[in-house]
Amino acid sequence: MLPILFVLPFVQLLILSNAASFEVKNIRFSYIDQDHSKASRELISKFQASDYFNIVENFASKKEANLQMQKGKVDVILEIPNHFERNLLTDKKTNLSVSINAIDGAAAGIENVYISQIINSFNQKIRSQLYQYNDASYIQPQSIISIPSFWYNNTLNYKTLMVPGILVLLVTMISLFLSAMNIVREKEIGTLEQINVTPIRKHQFIIGKLFPFWVLGLVILTVGLLIAKLVFNIPILGNIGLIYLFTSIYLLVVLGIGLLVSNYTETQQQAMFIAWFFMVIFILMSGLFTPIESMPDWAQQITLFNPIRYFVEIIRMVMLKGATFSDITKPFSIIVFYAIIINSLAVWSYKKNN
Amino acid sequence: MSQEKIIAVKNLSKKFGNFIAVNDISFDVYKGEIFGFLGANGAGKTTAMKMLIGISKPTSGEAVVADFDVNFQAEMVKKNIGYMSQKFSMYDDLTIKENITFFGGIYGLSRNQIKEKTAQLISDLGLENELNKLVGDLPLGWKQKLSFSVALLHEPKIVFLDEPTGGVDPITRRQFWEMIYAEAHKGTTIFVTTHYMDEAEYCDRVSIMVEGKIEALESPKNLKQQYKVTSMNEVFLKLARNVE
Ligand SMILES: Nc1ncnc2c1ncn2[C@@H]1O[C@H](COP(=O)(O)OP(=O)(O)OP(=O)(O)O)[C@@H](O)[C@H]1O
Ligand SMILES: [Mg+2]
Repeated sequence: MLPILFVLPFVQLLILSNAASFEVKNIRFSYIDQDHSKASRELISKFQASDYFNIVENFASKKEANLQMQKGKVDVILEIPNHFERNLLTDKKTNLSVSINAIDGAAAGIENVYISQIINSFNQKIRSQLYQYNDASYIQPQSIISIPSFWYNNTLNYKTLMVPGILVLLVTMISLFLSAMNIVREKEIGTLEQINVTPIRKHQFIIGKLFPFWVLGLVILTVGLLIAKLVFNIPILGNIGLIYLFTSIYLLVVLGIGLLVSNYTETQQQAMFIAWFFMVIFILMSGLFTPIESMPDWAQQITLFNPIRYFVEIIRMVMLKGATFSDITKPFSIIVFYAIIINSLAVWSYKKNN
Repeated sequence: MSQEKIIAVKNLSKKFGNFIAVNDISFDVYKGEIFGFLGANGAGKTTAMKMLIGISKPTSGEAVVADFDVNFQAEMVKKNIGYMSQKFSMYDDLTIKENITFFGGIYGLSRNQIKEKTAQLISDLGLENELNKLVGDLPLGWKQKLSFSVALLHEPKIVFLDEPTGGVDPITRRQFWEMIYAEAHKGTTIFVTTHYMDEAEYCDRVSIMVEGKIEALESPKNLKQQYKVTSMNEVFLKLARNVE
């Protein structure tokens, strides 16, 4: 059991961090060049040079291009209109049309980001060229090529962002499941009843039961941080003691939830079911996979009750931004508060007689 | 046997929803006696016992066990009693020695006391070679003797045994009852449930529970006279039949 306990999580850490990175590669790129100018060729060559795009087709008409997209043969169509270069030079403004196959919405969003980045850099270059042309007029062209665009994180950062988050999940899942299962298992086999007829104090039993899992959580954190540093080369900019301080309190919250779950269930199946229920909500609302800012308002309110949210926030802040204690006092005090509430509830609901 | 009460039960009841598992029972147990708590399957023996050992709250009624009230002083009751559950409940994945150390520790025995108790228990049971074996690997009869001995580690005033000999062979049963006698001899009160009527004959007094109520409470000898039969088996059958 012990090897499984350690090996599996780290296989997960390795696989998930690679799989859950949001990089999209080998995007099948096609274009319709109606301008056939120096500028249009220059723009296309920028896509050619990118690692993310494979240029698969050069369509003559929009109709044909759309047909191929419907068939699923291309992911992106860039349409460069007639007089692209001329409009650039005379009006200092022009339009591009980009169609993205959004069957996979997440991938489409990321493709959009890549495209925007390339067009933006093209933008910048043209702008400086135009600026030279119009040196005398002192006109500051704002945006020459307008396309709908939104800004994202630098895509190359995903792994850095994901590894600490996945480490949070591992620490949480293992401590939650093991603690909840462990106590319910004792109910099933009857040893809990035997313990309950002894004069042992509630807090003695609970501390004795949960302490090993608390230590285990910290051990997993340690090995995880080592892997993050050594395998993924994730920077740890902040004070590592801060991460441990936070985790040691955070684990109390998680173990308290485990104890609560086991108090209200009779079998390991029930406990597993309830633990998963919480886990799935906690994970989805942690800000790990979906940024909290992009959630609807009510969902953002719910995340305030999610301990994982604070752990993700803090581990990222400390590891990636080098946050100090004063930066994290707010989430830290919230987690201390939860630790007190949850454990009071858990101790209260643990009954030696019913 | 003294006439000093060590268990005094008054109008004790336990309901699960609308179902009355224990229905208004009252009885006393005297210090040092072997008290047989008989009844058919589902009669409510285990339920009643759990109230007496402080792990189940009575719906109504009261019980004083070893001078403490189970309603208000359950934890004090627990200090003074031992309990062997109907279901074997030691840690299968710990060795004999570890189980003894663990339960001794919970009852607040010192390291030295645990050492002494372990040595004594092991030699009494003849388990010298099994000390470091996992409890899960022991045959059922040995497991039961072991849990009886562990229930006695802290030298309780009363020990509650819930079907301690269920499923073991006649020889082991006989040995088990010898252990019970030896313990009763030291002055420990024994509260035992069983389905074996020959075992009922070994008790000082027995109560017979039928559908949550105590229908008879006497010494086996008096019961047999009263029902004009020659064995406890017949007493039991007569009582169960009367109620049907
Ligand atoms: N937690 C519970 N919830 C609901 N009903 C229960 C509960 N515990 C016991 N019962 C019911 O109460 C009745 C008495 O059960 P109990 O275990 O006390 O019987 P018993 O005399 O010990 O039987 P056995 O000889 O089979 O051990 C049974 O009908 C049982 O189903
Ligand atoms: Mg029973």
